[in-house]
Amino acid sequence: MNEFLAYTFVGLLYGSAYSIAASGLVLTYTTTRVFNLGQGAISMVMAYTYWQLRVADHLPTWLAIALILLIIAPLLGVLIGRVAARNLGDAPVSVSLVVTIGLFVLLIGIAQQIWPADVGRSVPQFFGSDAFTIGTFRLSYHNALTIVLAAVIAAGLYVLLNRTRTGTSMRAAVDNRELLSLFGGAPGRVSTLSWALGSSLSALAGILLVSQVGLDYYQLTFLVIDAFAAAVIGRLQSLPMTFVGAIVVGLGQGYAGYLPQWQVLSGFRDALPTIVLFIALIFLPPVRLRVGQIKGIRSAPVPTRFRTAQVGIAAVVLVALLAGQFSPTHQLELGQGLGYGLVMLSLVLVSGYGGFVSMASLAFMGIGAAVVCKFATHDPLIIVLAVVVCAAAGALVALPVLRLTGLYLALATFAFAELMDKLVFQTNALFGYGSVLNAKRPHVFGYKFESYGPFVTLMAVILVLVAAGLLALRRGAVGRILIAMRDSQIATSTLGLNQRWFRVGLFSLAAAIAGLGGALFAELAGNASATEFQSLYGLEVLLLAVIFGVTSMTGAVLAGMAYMYLPIFTSQHPSLGGVTFLVIGGGAVLLGRDPNGLTNYMFSGVRWLLGRLPVLERITHRPERVVLRQESEQVVSHGAA
Amino acid sequence: MALLEASGITVRFGGITAVDDASISAEAGTITGLIGPNGAGKTTLFNVITGLQPPTRGKVRFRGSDITKGSPNSRARAGMGRTFQRLEAFGSLSVRENVLVAREIHLGVKLIGRKQDTMVDELLERVGVARYAQQRADSVPTGTARLVEMARALAIEPKLLLLDEPSSGLDEAETEHFGQLLRALALDGTAILMVEHDMDLVMGVCDVIHVLEFGKVIASGTPAEIRADRKVQAAYLGFSDEEPVVPPIPAAHLPSESEINATTIELPAVESAS
Repeated sequence: MNEFLAYTFVGLLYGSAYSIAASGLVLTYTTTRVFNLGQGAISMVMAYTYWQLRVADHLPTWLAIALILLIIAPLLGVLIGRVAARNLGDAPVSVSLVVTIGLFVLLIGIAQQIWPADVGRSVPQFFGSDAFTIGTFRLSYHNALTIVLAAVIAAGLYVLLNRTRTGTSMRAAVDNRELLSLFGGAPGRVSTLSWALGSSLSALAGILLVSQVGLDYYQLTFLVIDAFAAAVIGRLQSLPMTFVGAIVVGLGQGYAGYLPQWQVLSGFRDALPTIVLFIALIFLPPVRLRVGQIKGIRSAPVPTRFRTAQVGIAAVVLVALLAGQFSPTHQLELGQGLGYGLVMLSLVLVSGYGGFVSMASLAFMGIGAAVVCKFATHDPLIIVLAVVVCAAAGALVALPVLRLTGLYLALATFAFAELMDKLVFQTNALFGYGSVLNAKRPHVFGYKFESYGPFVTLMAVILVLVAAGLLALRRGAVGRILIAMRDSQIATSTLGLNQRWFRVGLFSLAAAIAGLGGALFAELAGNASATEFQSLYGLEVLLLAVIFGVTSMTGAVLAGMAYMYLPIFTSQHPSLGGVTFLVIGGGAVLLGRDPNGLTNYMFSGVRWLLGRLPVLERITHRPERVVLRQESEQVVSHGAA
Repeated sequence: MALLEASGITVRFGGITAVDDASISAEAGTITGLIGPNGAGKTTLFNVITGLQPPTRGKVRFRGSDITKGSPNSRARAGMGRTFQRLEAFGSLSVRENVLVAREIHLGVKLIGRKQDTMVDELLERVGVARYAQQRADSVPTGTARLVEMARALAIEPKLLLLDEPSSGLDEAETEHFGQLLRALALDGTAILMVEHDMDLVMGVCDVIHVLEFGKVIASGTPAEIRADRKVQAAYLGFSDEEPVVPPIPAAHLPSESEINATTIELPAVESAS
């Protein structure tokens, strides 16, 4: 009985925290149509702020809480709503998600910069250690308060939305902003209000949880991500259903305590919310296709075959020269950068061309690496096997979520990455927790690739071939169909395209490319571990791809290099602990709206320079540069009749 | 049996009945008009026929088989092509690529090893957008984009072509050319079902017209019969005895049956409302 009570209260406690966080998420989404993946990071930053005020600055508890919930958190929310998320609701999901992921990473960077990890911090519970006693079970006042608050907040929000004028405006803002303003409502004020409220709610979730979870950049952030499951059960609109979902998920986690202490099940409890998220997504009712306006996206131009060959050969030669000069350490770094470059190329296919947000590219890379590590053979066919396994895994992920589009599909890929991270990679069946698996470099026709250099050059050749292959695909019918599907799903289906199967093929091919990257990555280094393929890093990979330009091959390769070298840079300058996060997160918030990214600006800069220097112009002039001129940055659209 | 038979179609959105027990048909080689005030359920009916909107009740039969539950893509493969009232051209692709990609979707693997397909350029010529071929579809005028959608729909060689307000955005000369194109397509044996507000065009080219009001088919017949139909006059004109000509669709002031003048009047050419 005591055990049962304990599990129940633990479950209720988790559920309550999920409920508070998820209701903030649902509130923001229903009023602004922005699904804020950074919600958990707001909780985390606010929990640190609470520590700052309460512990470091010795403010009374009530004052610290009041300052955060009534002033700091709402201001942060308003700032986010007004600056980062401005007009995001009307943008494609690929843009709005990337911007909020940027926010997520940015906030982690800010926290690391302000509160470096070298100091131990802890936050006391409210009411000290006072507690109720039920039988022999002790329920602390703090935890009891958490549970009560969750119920009060759920009820309060329900009343706000359904019984007040402001709530009616908030709900109307979702359906039609223009119409709301015609009827005298102020959509801007409504969305500001909901950002403020949503931010306060995440802050509250963070403050309530921090004494349990401890101050940690990631734990708190990801705990709120567990609330996504509840939000999706509420279909991102129903607050009562969100509350029920949160409690059910929480209780499920509580009662998971009954499970036998087998190693296989060790990650299950942590992964339960993600499993629920995945299942809830699969069972979502079908969404009707959007009908509307002509929406074209200016993408990076597709280079000619001649230019592709030129640049490709130049890239291989450059890598071979560098590899010849570099020390083994630097060779390894260069090669791993190329491995990540392949992963980025897979994103060009799915996101850049296809318009889908995939947060699972690193998971597929991990699968590829795991396959070559498990077999640890010199036979090059193992790389082929890794690619095939990844292609199959990509198709398997795409199959159950065939009906999903936009945000839900993106969340499903995230859930998959989380599950791979927590349930698969860290188990002993694969990499194991904290351990490293060895891989072997291939022997090809008797050649053994004994040092890094030649293998790095081989990787460069493969990377260039894959990029050339993708460009060939883009120039042909498949590429056109991809773009057409991105522009109007409804029109492609009324022309006879079975989009679902086309999408399975797309995900499968992208997974295969990422897997190839992972296999080569592991063989080059001679080993791999689960930590390299964490879901959080997958988000960074996506952000870097977008920052450097997810529509061009050059952008992808640069993004791969940046992903490799940014952490190295920060580890050499430890005082700049959070800089990687700041750069990546800030870059995504700034550049997330332009899928062509930095590379595009780079090309424009070069062209501008060439235009200024007539001599250079004459030397470098080639007819295909005309093609390059078509580039432009903005997403353009014009409405219908 | 007609090529397309939609019978007893009802669509409810929550408490609103958008289409109410409507039955329409379309025959090969004929042009069928679907007219009615805004909000009468015309586009919803199109969506039911093309599979974008499942009906609450009713059946859609196409080329003899029941396709009520078929997906939009399977219907396209069976020979339905359509355009959209709110444009759905592929904005990132050029006008030519819009038609080309439709051709590629239609032919699929059959495309491999096939000699150069001339149909795309022929279609661009035929609907009159060839001079825009290399422009991005999001940069052409609305009327042109509608024609691009039409060329795109024709690229899948449909037996039934559904056009949702195809002439809005076209000038007089373009509309006239468009009418000729429709007649030519019908002569080739294509069935055309068209939602249109331009009454001159509808009355000029349609063989049969269905009139929809509040989701119900209130009249079906030849243009002459429709012109003479009192219910149609009431729905469309809402006139009182003295004032025969008013702008279309003030459905709120519908006159009672007794108020309707028995004489036949010409329906005016109505500016497109969208």
